[in-house]
Formats: sequence, structure tokens, C-alpha cells
Amino acid sequence: MKKEFKIIANLIEDQTRVLDIGCGDGTLMKFLEENKNVDARGLEISKNKVQNCIGKGLTVIEGNAEKDLQQFPNTSFDYAILSQTLQAFYNPEKVINDLLRVSKKAIVTIPNFGYWKIRLKLLIEGTMPVTKNLPDEWYNTPNLHMCTIKDFYNFTKKRGIKITQSLAVHNERATIITETNRGIKNLTADLGIFLIEKNNES
Amino acid sequence: MNNVKNLKTLIVKKPLILDCGKIINNYPIAYETYGTLNDRKDNAILIFHALTGDQFASGINPITNKKGWWSFLIGPKKGIDTNKYFVICANVLGGCMGSYGPSSVDTKNDKRLDTNFPIITINDMVNAQYNLLDFFKIDKLFSVVGGSMGGMQVLQFISNFPDKAKTAIPIACTASHSAQNIAFNELGRQAIMADANWKDGNYSKLNLSPNKGLSVARMAAHITYLSKNGLQEKFGRKLQERDSLKFGFDADFQIESYLRYQGSIFVDRFDANSYLYITRAMDYFDLTSQFKGNLSKAFEKSKTKFFIISFTSDWLYPTSENKEIVIALNACGADVRFTEIKCDKGHDSFLLDVPDFLDTIKKFLNISYLKK
Repeated sequence: MKKEFKIIANLIEDQTRVLDIGCGDGTLMKFLEENKNVDARGLEISKNKVQNCIGKGLTVIEGNAEKDLQQFPNTSFDYAILSQTLQAFYNPEKVINDLLRVSKKAIVTIPNFGYWKIRLKLLIEGTMPVTKNLPDEWYNTPNLHMCTIKDFYNFTKKRGIKITQSLAVHNERATIITETNRGIKNLTADLGIFLIEKNNES
Repeated sequence: MNNVKNLKTLIVKKPLILDCGKIINNYPIAYETYGTLNDRKDNAILIFHALTGDQFASGINPITNKKGWWSFLIGPKKGIDTNKYFVICANVLGGCMGSYGPSSVDTKNDKRLDTNFPIITINDMVNAQYNLLDFFKIDKLFSVVGGSMGGMQVLQFISNFPDKAKTAIPIACTASHSAQNIAFNELGRQAIMADANWKDGNYSKLNLSPNKGLSVARMAAHITYLSKNGLQEKFGRKLQERDSLKFGFDADFQIESYLRYQGSIFVDRFDANSYLYITRAMDYFDLTSQFKGNLSKAFEKSKTKFFIISFTSDWLYPTSENKEIVIALNACGADVRFTEIKCDKGHDSFLLDVPDFLDTIKKFLNISYLKK
């Protein structure tokens, strides 16, 4: 299992209700069910993956997060997970709003476009960066809205969203992002993981 | 229908108050079973058939001598494995394969009931079949499964008996019959009633049968079960055993010949009055309105694991209508899965050997059976 999933699992309390958006083959859902005793639900766009998940005994609905999140009532989950897919939506802001509507908290992970290798590729080669985490060319990438860790911070601040935990991942090692090290983490991490919730004061 | 004998039949003594207000009792429900009920009685699956189906879901249908309508799904080692599960399927109330319906004989005058048979609903069908649980002393079914009208019965069953099935698989159906659905059914009914042999439903007493009307009804309905692409691919503009157009009204095209054939074989196995009654029951089906516009209320008491399945090319009971059910289930926090199976064969897909469809049902049932 991906290290990212283990980090996500550590952010989730036992015996909670979890919605995994873009649950793929259900690896994370299964891990959470087995190790955290959660009630896990999945939303997945690929028919094949959905049918696979259902065959494994997972509760998964075929659908698209941009259209199908609206069917869930307010705060029907404790956690909504969005792993490396935010950048692929037409309207990421709407998806984030929906996440924080259907769930008390959300865990969002983003491939960090501020990572130094990406910056360097663009700077030196002058072409759109292709990396291990972002393997597609500009003309066939599903990623429409790439952002950096800093961008995500600024976005949450503007929209009154509270970040309760933020982690920078590099070489599968996670470190905590703080006010002071944010700039450097934005350069050295290839992945950002955020636990967010609505800012009750706003 | 004329040789409906030696069928397994449960005579239900308990009175049933129909939605129309009439009360029936001592009525027959014809059924068939496949596999063996285990000692724990936890492996029973109740299958609900669609409009023109019957209790012979698998094996060989003794009336038509053809394979059961879901024989590729139900059987040893199949999607619904009869080596593991005990499958029960009953002919619906209003049907013509041994259950109480318009072709049943009125004991008072020894004549067929025909249009004296009361108007029945999906709810009545489900309540009548529920008696099979008592008969087999099954406290809780492992699953209830059905497609099209069978799917509607699945939904109604869970709504009526929220804790009587561990899992439920409504396939290619709707919670509320649409105007288009009603329109197609009305077309079929009008075709039957326009046949001079229908005689206000008394054709049998006069040794007549409204075969032309019933076969036109079947032809029209059959088109709604297929997709445009499916038809085009199979028939296109191919001619029927001829090299050129004949400039007449014979079946020049293969599609015409195919539909005529479908109509002609249908009248041999189906009763015209049953067709009227069952289509009416479908039209009256509106689970949403039974719960004053809130479909979630139909399911909120149930802990059943739902698996909703639709097909990409089904325009009669489209994915959007199946999704309405998913949405209602999610709205009440029910345990629901959903997938849309890719298949270009239209509504009929659920009656065809579609590997993804069979495979996903098999896996879902098998893993759910293991889970407590």
C-alpha cells in the first residue's frame, strides 16, 4: 500500500464514517475498514474499479465527484478523503465546498507543483514538467488545476477554511508543515496532505 | 397457459387486502425452486420476475420447453450459484403461469375470472409472495433480486419488510413509473383491446384469443427493450429472404420479420388479460408517492445491503432513474452500492449473458454471504 494511504489513515479516528472520493481499487477503504473499524463508503468514476470494489465487499457508488457529491446530506460523514484528484476537477473550489458540506472534516492530498524538480524542469528545459508523480504530457494529462502547497494554503485562507494538520511528503517520508518552514517544504515536498475543516468563526 | 398443470403451488389461506380494497383468500401462488435450503435457512434468495416472466427462472420451462429466462445467471456455479443458494421464484399475482390471475377459474361458476379479476399492484404482488417465506419457514432471506418490474418488486419488498432480506439487488428499474413507461404500456393495452377477439376480456369463454392485439403489444414493447444501436447492428436495413424490395406490405426487412416472430411466439405463452393487469400494476407503481414524495422514507428502517445496477443503453429504465434510488438511499444513510454496466443491448441487457453483469452479481453475493 502507498505510504500516502498510511499517512491518511493516521489522520482518521477509529469507528467513524468515511467517504473516499475516487476510491480506485479500494485499497485505502479496505485498510481503513480492517484497521480503523470505520464505516467506509467510496465514490469512483471507473466502472471496472467500482465493480472490483463491490466484489471485495466494499460499499462503492459509481459516480463523478463534481456531480454526485450533492446527493449526500450535510455532515453525513466524519471524514471525506480526496487523494491526488483535486487538480483534475473542472471546479476544484466547488468540490472542496461540497466535501466540507457532506463531511465534518476532509483530507485532501495534492501533488505539489512547487517541488524543486518540477520548478527546475520548467526553468531549465522550458517544457511542462513530467515527473514520477505527474507522468503525463501536457496534452494528455487529466490535471487541469495544478497547485503548490503554498497555493493551497492561500486558497484555504481566502475561503475561511481551517487547516488542522498539514504534512509534506518527500520520498515517502512525512514531516509537519509549520508557518516557518512552509516555504522550504513547498520546495522539497512532492506531495502535500491536509486535514481541513470549516472555520466555525467565519 | 391452457396446460398449466402439475406446477408447484402454494394455496394462500391468509386473506390479503388488495390496494383496490378487495380482499382475496385461498388463492394460488405458483412457484419454482432451485438448489437446497440449508439447515440455518440463511441461503434463500427470492427472485422477482419481470412483466412477461414466470417462476421458471432457471432450468427448463416445462410449458415452453425453453431455458428459464435467467438460466445463464441462476444455476450450479453460475452468478447465483444454486450449489450454495436456495432460489425461489414465484409467478406474480395477475400472472398466467398458475398464480391467481385473470385466467384463474371462479369456483362459483366454473368460468375464468377474466376482467372480474381485481386490479392488482406491485405492492399486492409482493405481499402475496411474502407468504412463501412463511411456507418455507425462512425468517430472513439472504437476498431479493429482480430486474425491470422485478426490480420494482425488490424495492417494494424492502419497503414493506425492512428486515427480511440481508441484501437486495434491484436491476434496471425505477421507483416511479414515468409518463413514457405508462404511454408504452397503454399502447400495448389499446392494441389488445382493439382486437375484435378481445370481447371485453371474455375471449376465452367464446373460444377466441386476441392474438393479433397481443402480438402487436409485444412487438411495440419489444422495441422499447432494445437500443437503437443494438437494432441497427443486428438488423440494419437487411432484407428478409429476398434480394430486393417487393413493393408491398410483407415483411421486406429482417427487423419486421423478427418483430412479427416475437409477437407470434409470445401469444402462445401469454394471456392477453394478464398482460393488461400486469402492465396496469406497473403503471400504478410509484413508491415515491407512497411516501409522500420522499423516497428515502421507504428505506430508512432497513439495514439491507443494496446493490443497484443499471445499463448504459437502457432508455426504458435509464441510469438516471436507477440513480434516483441510489440518491434516496444515500439520503437516509443506507448501505448502497451502484454500478452502470456497459452494454449496448438496451433494457433487455439484464436478460442477456453480459459477463460484467453476471460477474459483479456473483462476487457481491458471495462476499456478502461470508460477511456477518
